[in-house]
Amino acid sequence: MINKKNKKTGDVENWVYSDKVREHFFSPKNLMLKDPKKEEFSAEGQVGSPACGDVMKIWIKIDKKNERIKKLKWRTFGCASAIASTSMFSVMVTEKGGMKLQDALKIKPQDIMKRLHGLPARKVHCSVLCDKAFRQAVNNYFRNTKQYSRIIVDGAKIVDKNLNITDKDIESAVLDGAKTLQDVQAKLKVGVGDPSAIPEIEQLIRFYNEKYYG
Amino acid sequence: MKQIYLDYASTTLIDKTVAKAMTVCQAKIYGNPGSLHQVGQLAKKEILKARTKIAKILNCKPEEIIFTGSGTESDNLAILGVMRTNRLSPACRQAGMITTDIEHHAILNPAEQLGKEGYKILKIGVNKDGFVDLEELKKNISSETVLVSIIYANNEIGTIQPIKEIAKMIKEKNPKTLFHTDACQATGYLDLNVQNLGVDLMTINAGKIYGPKGVGLLYVKAGTKIEPIIFGGGQERGLRSGTENVAGIIGLATALELVQKNHKKESLREIKLRDYFIKQILQKIPKTVLNGSLENRLPNNINISFLDVEGEAMLLWLDKYGICVSTGSACDSLNLDPSHVILALGKPYEYANGALRFTLGRSTTKKDLDYVLKVLPKIVADLRKISPVRVKI
Repeated sequence: MINKKNKKTGDVENWVYSDKVREHFFSPKNLMLKDPKKEEFSAEGQVGSPACGDVMKIWIKIDKKNERIKKLKWRTFGCASAIASTSMFSVMVTEKGGMKLQDALKIKPQDIMKRLHGLPARKVHCSVLCDKAFRQAVNNYFRNTKQYSRIIVDGAKIVDKNLNITDKDIESAVLDGAKTLQDVQAKLKVGVGDPSAIPEIEQLIRFYNEKYYG
Repeated sequence: MKQIYLDYASTTLIDKTVAKAMTVCQAKIYGNPGSLHQVGQLAKKEILKARTKIAKILNCKPEEIIFTGSGTESDNLAILGVMRTNRLSPACRQAGMITTDIEHHAILNPAEQLGKEGYKILKIGVNKDGFVDLEELKKNISSETVLVSIIYANNEIGTIQPIKEIAKMIKEKNPKTLFHTDACQATGYLDLNVQNLGVDLMTINAGKIYGPKGVGLLYVKAGTKIEPIIFGGGQERGLRSGTENVAGIIGLATALELVQKNHKKESLREIKLRDYFIKQILQKIPKTVLNGSLENRLPNNINISFLDVEGEAMLLWLDKYGICVSTGSACDSLNLDPSHVILALGKPYEYANGALRFTLGRSTTKKDLDYVLKVLPKIVADLRKISPVRVKI
């Protein structure tokens, strides 16, 4: 899912932002400008750290009766694609009377990128964060409303048991630009602890590269 | 909209005199300097003229100058070319190179490559002001140290290393150790006399001194053991094969001559502007920190961290107002890692992610800077409003 415009111009680095990204960056929608009042929102969620370059915080207001998202506000520390993708996500889940929780949880980074008319390949990891912040907020909502059984647990699978590397780790390394086993090792700042895991790790690298950049 | 270009450290505009010299050359000198006929020999003569001009400025012999395709290529040639001459010696595994944590990637990445080839690479740190730890350097130079490479003036934070002092120290410890410096950012402002500096190799490129892009040079002291990284027709004493970029070389020589002639006066002018701008930013915008020492800093470099805000977001807003700057941040262009230079100062990631670099040049005026000072505080304030981060200073 690479910016199509760039594909046409043959820009090998795919670096330029689409007009849609610029629009949402320069006039972001659903910003949380003032601190919220007590009880104004049903739950909040935050992911990322300033150390890794992006932090996102999301507040949601859920209609208890039909589980539609009445309001979603956000704050983001990050680059243009981080800001634009959160803004676009906030529009997607609140438009047309608000999405149902279960549908909003199905939104994938690719869906957001599609609405943004693509993102530079190297920036893909940014947009992955807002769906994660949202899931965090929804989990908090489930907690707040005592629906513990509905809390979503990350289905990460350990591929390298010696170093506890999961498929999610490899996915985020690929989203961060890793293309080879060596790149992934550099990104995760580890070697491979279990040599027998290498074929599976390499397969995952190919899989995620095709999924996001193929 | 008027563009306010504050990114001279990335590249400069081209000087009119340089552009003219190149146009004239391109129209008239079309021969291959390697050809024996008159048309070719005319081109050869032009290159010799340029080489002699440059040699005068660097205070070296003309044959000690190797023209290349960029500063990056010169850096690669210097360190790969010198280190790899040890490939076949029995002591190969011991052969070592020392460099620093704040080098340009044109040094760091080939050094990493050398590491993969089995050479010993050591990177030494800098202090919080951005100066190389001379004691640590001294301690680590041994009889096996083949090469030391240290950036003359840093490209991100502009700190100037005491090259002359370092050269003296290296030679005292081991006279056989070679010393290379990347002078790409220093060229327009500092002393380039290689005898004075005591360096064995020095990188310069034209694109930072109002010359053309895609031309650089490597000064290689006579007698230095070095091998090529590009092979072919044997141009440039066999060290850089490929037909010479005649117009580019003439552009480089002209630009270097001009920039050296005017640099004292221009430096003083830019220092005034730089200090004014730094003072105003730190005063007007809360939670801002200057990266790198104010003393011994390039006249044109300003690098400031704006906490709680991400560099690229500020860059794009400034761009909307016609102001061109660059970031030292995670989302900086092609490399998504936070600036290794700001991290090397011992500052946390948050500082690296919120850093902006403003670099001044010949056409920068106080009026330009006042315009930036008018729009930037609001941009930072607005981005802080939407940021969930509150870093404590």
